[in-house]
Amino acid sequence: MPVSSESRRLPRLRFNLWSAGALIIALAVAAPIFTVLGLAFTDTSDIWTHLYKTVLGLYLERTITLMFGVGIGTLVIGTGTAWLVTMCRFPGSRIFEWALLLPLAVPAYVLAFVVTDQLEYAGTVQSTLRDMFGWTRPQDYWFPEIRSMGGAIVVMTLVLYPYVYLLARSAFLEQSVCVLEVSRTLGKTAWGSFTRIALPLARPAIVVGVTLVLMEVINDFGTVDYFAVQTFTAGIFDVWLNMNSVGGAAQLSSVLLLVVLVLIVTERMARRDRKFHHTSNKYSELPSYRLRGYKATLSFFACALPVLLGFIFPASVLSHYALSFYEETLSADYFSYVINSLTLSASAALLAVVIGLFLAYAVRLSEGPWIKIAARIASIGYAVPGAILAVGVLWPTGALDQSLSWIGGNFGIAVGGVMIGTIVPIVYGYLVRFLALAYGTSEASLGKITPNMDGAARTLGSNPSQTLKRVHFPLMRGSLMTAAILVFVDCMKELPLTIILRPFNFDTLATFVYQYASDELLEESALGALTIVGAGIIPVILLSVTIAKSRPGKL
Amino acid sequence: MSDLHLEAISHAFGDNQVLSGVSVNVAAGELVCLLGPSGCGKTTLLRLAAGLEPLQKGQIKINDVLVADGTNSNQMPPEQRGAGLMFQDFALFPHLNVRDNITFGIDAKNKTRRAEWLDHALTSMGLVGYADAYPHTLSGGQQQRVALVRALAPDPRILLLDEPFSGLDVTRRAQIRTETLRLVKQTGVATLMVTHDPEEAMFMADRILVMNEGRVVQDGTPVELYSSPKNAFVAEFFGPVNKIQSTVHSGKVKTPVGVFDADGQKNGTQVDVLVRPEGFRLANADEKPHAMPGDNLGNTSVVLAVVYARPLGRLSHVAFKLSTGQVIETRVPGLFLPSPGDKVSVSVNAHQAHVFASTTILEAR
Repeated sequence: MPVSSESRRLPRLRFNLWSAGALIIALAVAAPIFTVLGLAFTDTSDIWTHLYKTVLGLYLERTITLMFGVGIGTLVIGTGTAWLVTMCRFPGSRIFEWALLLPLAVPAYVLAFVVTDQLEYAGTVQSTLRDMFGWTRPQDYWFPEIRSMGGAIVVMTLVLYPYVYLLARSAFLEQSVCVLEVSRTLGKTAWGSFTRIALPLARPAIVVGVTLVLMEVINDFGTVDYFAVQTFTAGIFDVWLNMNSVGGAAQLSSVLLLVVLVLIVTERMARRDRKFHHTSNKYSELPSYRLRGYKATLSFFACALPVLLGFIFPASVLSHYALSFYEETLSADYFSYVINSLTLSASAALLAVVIGLFLAYAVRLSEGPWIKIAARIASIGYAVPGAILAVGVLWPTGALDQSLSWIGGNFGIAVGGVMIGTIVPIVYGYLVRFLALAYGTSEASLGKITPNMDGAARTLGSNPSQTLKRVHFPLMRGSLMTAAILVFVDCMKELPLTIILRPFNFDTLATFVYQYASDELLEESALGALTIVGAGIIPVILLSVTIAKSRPGKL
Repeated sequence: MSDLHLEAISHAFGDNQVLSGVSVNVAAGELVCLLGPSGCGKTTLLRLAAGLEPLQKGQIKINDVLVADGTNSNQMPPEQRGAGLMFQDFALFPHLNVRDNITFGIDAKNKTRRAEWLDHALTSMGLVGYADAYPHTLSGGQQQRVALVRALAPDPRILLLDEPFSGLDVTRRAQIRTETLRLVKQTGVATLMVTHDPEEAMFMADRILVMNEGRVVQDGTPVELYSSPKNAFVAEFFGPVNKIQSTVHSGKVKTPVGVFDADGQKNGTQVDVLVRPEGFRLANADEKPHAMPGDNLGNTSVVLAVVYARPLGRLSHVAFKLSTGQVIETRVPGLFLPSPGDKVSVSVNAHQAHVFASTTILEAR
């Protein structure tokens, strides 16, 4: 059958509002990364060899060690607790289903501050021990040094394992009952089913979870700075701010971007694998192993410990401090920090949701692959560490400011710092980093609306924009709300970008807490930290509710 | 009232040529069916008419207005064409109740003008009490009716129906088909319907276009297609057929069930004689089969042995064996249930037997 010549041609990119907008968004997101790479390769100072000979190896080793430690830790805790809670019944297992998510509300640096505060020499724990055992000097006993690589690993593991827990849990729940029942009839114990069946089937989801954890590890600044662990992020800040070398920072960033690339590829491949792991469509109430005796006790404590250490412990310490020191906090301008945080986070959340929705709709309306590629590029921000984004955002905005002044100068208009000094760079940074979240939510929610509904609205006289307003938006409202909340909370917790990109004399709750904790004044900023944790609880609640409702086949 | 012209439409998805030079004309008040197996391109044709796919080759005219031309990328978007489309999965808006769904396409200035028609449509489709209900609470049949009224509510120039009954269970289908046909004919709108069910097509359509692999195979009234199929594909599409192979001699085709006209095939050609199960007339071995009105039995009958007979209520399914060993399946009205091994008298209604050249090569016997 003859094939017409038109069919061979890849569909042309039609230029309309939607495609143009999508391309602009993609460029805006990619710009900081290209800036960094450009700065790295055009740097004329000789700092690279200096770095290479001195600290590069150290940064590499420290970062990899941290990634490895946290990776293993979250893998074990996340997967183990997910299995216990999903497949076994023991006292408290129903509560732990959602309680194990709580440490998500605590940013790593907050836990780091609290842990150090309590466990250092002058802290509660050691003082109590010394009182109990009559030791008077540090040489009398041994106590692990908190401010170390080990401490950082423990702290990060405790706040990041919920990522793996969530994904492993949903993977276990998705597994067809048949597979697990077969496993039992073949005589496998709980442990046997876990290692030979459930774990391998859930592997893609677990891989996704661990790569997300590792991305957060690379991104972290507050913890590694406080614990004096020389990771790449710490190094980038150091070279940039202390050695005043943007080029050097950019070069370090480029190396780190390679690591990020590996993580992204791993995650994408694992996500694709997930789709092929449903073996049958039969779902029903999962059979659970009833645990008794020492097994039940062990399981209880295995689940209780992460929740205790990752949430209850910091929350209670902070609450205690907040109550005792609220006067100091309030006099330290607490409310202005709250307002700053709220303003920034709300603006970024609103913009992210609008842009994410626009992008998702543009993809839906598109015919060829170009817009989809643009959307892919625009979703890269979540993997790029805040430090790198900071370099990539600050430099061009500074340059833009200078050119605006120059242009204005030619017209006799004095143009001051248009970008620098406003919240524009920081909101831009937030958008680059969190757009993926908003876009992903919009994409998933839009996917639930059948293409025939679009067609029905169009044939009934609605153009695409009217259809978006009358059909898509009402159906997506709930998801968009969720996306806005998630972005909002992530912005509230954000530290590395905020430290660099904030305007002069502008503090958010996160930077306020970081500043005070660095000055050994944690108690006075405890209310601020508690507020951040409070905001962080909201997504935990949302997630818990979603988990409870999402078992397929359950009415 | 408007009519619809689709001229020389060709369409491909990537390397897959879905339509090749298809032309369809639907006059105002006419209901035309596109009938064919899955993948033959009929839904694509509907979507092109609606404007939901960009036209690659050909022309589309609604009421003599050129709405799309394959050579021009500037094609009229769906919201301006006035082509109502009813989808196979109904695509009702879940966040709107029945009333809001139906009035979705009516803009403010037409509201009063259409109010009377709406009342009448809701009543005749039995939806009056459901105006405030939401789609997920409705049965499949009710959803289909809502989808139909919704498509007709804005007074479209043409109506397009994509397998409108395939989502319904079989018991309701007959009744809903009748109601749909009545409403559509009352509005008098040019209607193009897509289906893969030949009985449905024959019931609903003024004209049927049988399609296969992106081409129109035959275009005619239901009677024309059933009684005078152009080729074996069309004949087989309207129901199962018995295929008896033979060769043309002296302008006639001899088979174990009778002798038939060669229908224009040359002497020596290998042919398939396609006889519908309902084209056989049976009687007990010592009698001659009765002719039914319009039959051409040719005054001959043969006596053959029964393999099995099963009652189907208003029909009986009787299978008998030819001397060649081929089993022939027939359906006769009423309860006619000889036992296996019994002999029956068999005649064939020549109007329900069709002769076509063989598409398979006969093995030497």
